[in-house]
Amino acid sequence: MNIVVCIKQVPETTSVKINKDTNTLVREGTKSIINPFDMYALEEGLRIREKSGGRVVVISMGPPQAEEALREAVSYGVDDVFLLSDRAFAGSDTLATSRTLACGIEKTGDFDLILCGKQAIDGDTAQVGPGIAENLDIPFVAFVRKIRELDNHTLKVERMMDDGYDVLEVSLPGLITVVKEINEPRMPSLKGKMRAKSINIPIWGVADLDMSDSETGLKGSATQVIKIFTPIRDGKREILEGSIEEQIDLLINKLNDLKVV
Amino acid sequence: MDYFLTETQQMIKDLARQIADERVMPVRAELDEREEFPRDIIKVLADSDLMGLCYPEQYGGLGGGTFENCLAVEEISRACIGVSVCYAGSGLGAYPILLFGSEEQKMKYIPDMASGKKLAAFGLTEANAGSDASGIQTTAVLDGDEYVINGTKQWITGGGEAEIYTVIVMTDKSRGTRGASAIIVEKGTEGFSFGTKEKKMGIRASATTELVFSNCRVPKENLIGREGRGFVIAMRVLDRTRPGIGAQAIGLCQGALDTAVNYARERKQFGKPIISFQAVQHILADMATQTEASRALVYSACRFIDSGAKNISKISAMAKVFSSDVAMKVTVDAVQVLGGYGYMRDYPVEKMMRDAKILQIYEGTNQIQRNVIGQELIKEYAGKKKK
Repeated sequence: MNIVVCIKQVPETTSVKINKDTNTLVREGTKSIINPFDMYALEEGLRIREKSGGRVVVISMGPPQAEEALREAVSYGVDDVFLLSDRAFAGSDTLATSRTLACGIEKTGDFDLILCGKQAIDGDTAQVGPGIAENLDIPFVAFVRKIRELDNHTLKVERMMDDGYDVLEVSLPGLITVVKEINEPRMPSLKGKMRAKSINIPIWGVADLDMSDSETGLKGSATQVIKIFTPIRDGKREILEGSIEEQIDLLINKLNDLKVV
Repeated sequence: MDYFLTETQQMIKDLARQIADERVMPVRAELDEREEFPRDIIKVLADSDLMGLCYPEQYGGLGGGTFENCLAVEEISRACIGVSVCYAGSGLGAYPILLFGSEEQKMKYIPDMASGKKLAAFGLTEANAGSDASGIQTTAVLDGDEYVINGTKQWITGGGEAEIYTVIVMTDKSRGTRGASAIIVEKGTEGFSFGTKEKKMGIRASATTELVFSNCRVPKENLIGREGRGFVIAMRVLDRTRPGIGAQAIGLCQGALDTAVNYARERKQFGKPIISFQAVQHILADMATQTEASRALVYSACRFIDSGAKNISKISAMAKVFSSDVAMKVTVDAVQVLGGYGYMRDYPVEKMMRDAKILQIYEGTNQIQRNVIGQELIKEYAGKKKK
C-alpha cells in the first residue's frame, strides 16, 4: 500500500508572538514543529505500513526551512520525503495550496491513500485535505477517528461527529483527514534520527510540478488577505431600566440608532 | 557545561530526554504509587532503538559503549530512576554474556536484548551473600549434559519481568569464590520460579524478587566461560556497569535540582521569591556544583572504560560512590528547599529522596566501593618508589 502523508510546519503555539505594527506572526526565533494533527496522520501511515506493507511518503509545502519538519518525519521511520518550495508558491491560500500539493503528490508516484491532519493549528481552516482530494478527483472523509477496515480497494472508517460517529466506506485511492483520537504518535528512533541527519530531500518548484504561475501562489489564490488585525474588545455594556415595555422601547431605539436593525 | 559529545551521543541524549519528558514524567508518580513495572515505557525505549545502545552491531546493537548507555540512563533518571533501573538492569544481565559468553551464546541471546524483545537480569545476591559474595549457597551440579541448580537468589532487579537471567552459582563450594560460576537460565525453565515482589522504599516501579531454583536443569552449554570463573565475571561486569549507577545518580540530581530551582523562583515568602534569599541560593549552589562534579567524574570514567583501558575498577568505584553520595545529599536538600511541600507526594522530590538511597546500596554498597578504591591504592602505591 502506497501512503502519502501531508504535513505542515507550524509555529509552536505556546511560543508565538504577534508583531504589533503589522499584526502578523513573528516567525523569527519561534520554534517550529510539525502540525500536531499531522503527527496523527503520520503515525497512522506508519501503522498501516507495519500491518500491510508498502511505503510511506511524506510531502510538505512551505519555505526552505520546512525541510526540518520533513527531517523530523524521517526520524519516525517514513520511507521518502519531498518538499514543495518555490518563491512562486508564496501567498498561496487553501485553494492554491491544495492544488500545488495535489500536483506534488501525483509526482511522487502511485498512491493508494493520502492522510492529512484535520487542520493546521496556525490557519485552522481544515480545507487543504479536502481540497487535495477535489483536485485529484478522489473520495475523501474528514475527521476520521478510526480506520475499521482497509484493503487494496476499499477503506471503512469512523468519522467523528458532534453527537457520535458515522461509519463510511470509500473506494481507493482516497484521502482522509484524521483527528487526535485515532492513535498515539510514537517517539522517533535513533536509527531514524541518524538517517534524518543525512537524507537528501528533493525540493520541487513550479517548473518541477509542471504548473503555471497563475495556478499557485498569490496569483492562483481565490482569497486575498487585505488586512490582518487583532479585534478590539472594548466590551461596553449598559443596563436598561424601567418596566419591560419601557426597556423594549429603549432597546429598539438603541438598535435603530446603531443602524443594526 | 559542554562535554563535547559527538553528534550521535547528542542525539542519544536528546532522544532519551524526549522520552523521559513525554513518557516517563507524566506517569512516574503513578508507577511509584502502584509499584507498577513500566512495560509500556520499555517498549517505547525498545522501538526507539535505545535498548541496543551498548551492544555490538553484529548482534543487532548500535555499537556504542558505556558512555552512550550512561547518557541514556542519565536522561531517563532525570525523570525516574525506578524506570531507568528497569532499562539499565537489563544491560547488567546481558554483560556477562557480552563480555565472557561464547559466540553461540552471544548470537542466541544478545539480538533479542538489543532489540528490546527480551530483558535480562543479573542474579548475584543471596540472603547470606551480599557484600561477601563467597557466601553464595546456590549450587549447580553437573549431571550428564545438564547443570542442576538449587538455591535462592534475593533482591534480583527485573525478577519475573526479564526473560534471560545470568546467575552466579557455586559449582564447587570447597573452593570459595574460586568455585563460583556464571550460568544462563531462561524464564520458563522447569524448576525456576519467582518469589514474591519485594515492597521497597524507593525505585518502586522496578520489580525486585527472589529467584527460586529447585532442581532446575539447564543445558551445560549455558555455562558462561569456564567453571570457577563466576566471581571474576561478576566483578568485571560490575566494574563496567557501576558508572551506570553514577548516571542514574546524576540524572536524579539534575531532576531534583531542576525542581528545586523552579520552585524557589516561584515560591514567595516575606514578599519575595525564596530564591532571592542567600540561605536558599547557597543550598542550590551546592546542589548544582556537586551535581556537575559528579557528572564530570562519571563521564570521565565512561570515556576511560570505552577507551579499552583494563584497570577500571578504581575509577568505576569512584564514579559510583561519589555520585550516589551526592545524589543522597542533593535530594535531601531538594526536599529542604521545597519545605513542607517537598515532604508531600504532590511534588516529586520526596520520591527522589526515597529513590536516591538505593544508589548507595546496590551494585556494591558504598562501603564496598571504598574497599575497592582502597585496595587499588595499596596496589598502586606498593609499586611506586618512596620519594
